[in-house]
Amino acid sequence: MSKTDSDAPKRLALIASKGTLDWAYPPFILATAGAAMGWDVGVFFTFYGLTLLKHDVEAEVSPLGNPAMPMKMPFGPEGFQNINWSIPQAAMSIPGFNNVATGLMKQTFKNKGVAAVSDLRDTAVELGVGLIGCQMTMDVFGFKREDFVDGCEIGGAATFLEYAADADVSLFV
Amino acid sequence: MTTLKVDSELDCSGMLCPLPVVKTSQAIKTIEVGQVLKMISTDPGAPPDMEAWSRQTGHEILESTEEDGVYIFHFQRTT
Repeated sequence: MSKTDSDAPKRLALIASKGTLDWAYPPFILATAGAAMGWDVGVFFTFYGLTLLKHDVEAEVSPLGNPAMPMKMPFGPEGFQNINWSIPQAAMSIPGFNNVATGLMKQTFKNKGVAAVSDLRDTAVELGVGLIGCQMTMDVFGFKREDFVDGCEIGGAATFLEYAADADVSLFV
Repeated sequence: MTTLKVDSELDCSGMLCPLPVVKTSQAIKTIEVGQVLKMISTDPGAPPDMEAWSRQTGHEILESTEEDGVYIFHFQRTT
């Protein structure tokens, strides 16, 4: 995993530690963009971020406790779609609110031409991005290797750090 | 505008970051070194991103134009 050749491509090392939809995007966007530029890219998925390696990405947005999240409708006339709905935080604790907000957010992304997280993940695998799942997180939450996509490997902190030691860019997401 | 010989064309209309960069990187691999890829994008973020992609990959931007929110790039595969 060490970068010994001085002509080796630039290396990007990412840690994806969060599993909500809004936090699922940055690591996959950066990983695919880096790989598209010919960089060597590795992403270490740990804690809630590990769920992004499950076969079905079930990431949701949580408006509760996220007051900066724009609350917009993905349908209707443009003026209606541009309204930023002011919804009290208390109302966001109603069961099912996350599901509704997630559905609206996904539709907004789709309307605007943003790829689905699962599509970006497929693209990352196609482009040769290394996906590393955290063994410790698997043990803590009782996940099994077969819960995750084929294109990933399993490792720990030392595995990531050895890879990141030769990285030109390292980011914790 | 000069008339460049285009060997392949890629339409990224309606796509946002990182798709124009990703699709372009995949499309440039389908042409030969020296050949030209025309890419169309409606993403206002495409010009700085495609310039960065060009600098990082070495694939040259022969021409870059914008008209009514439509960005047209001509890339030459160099490696």
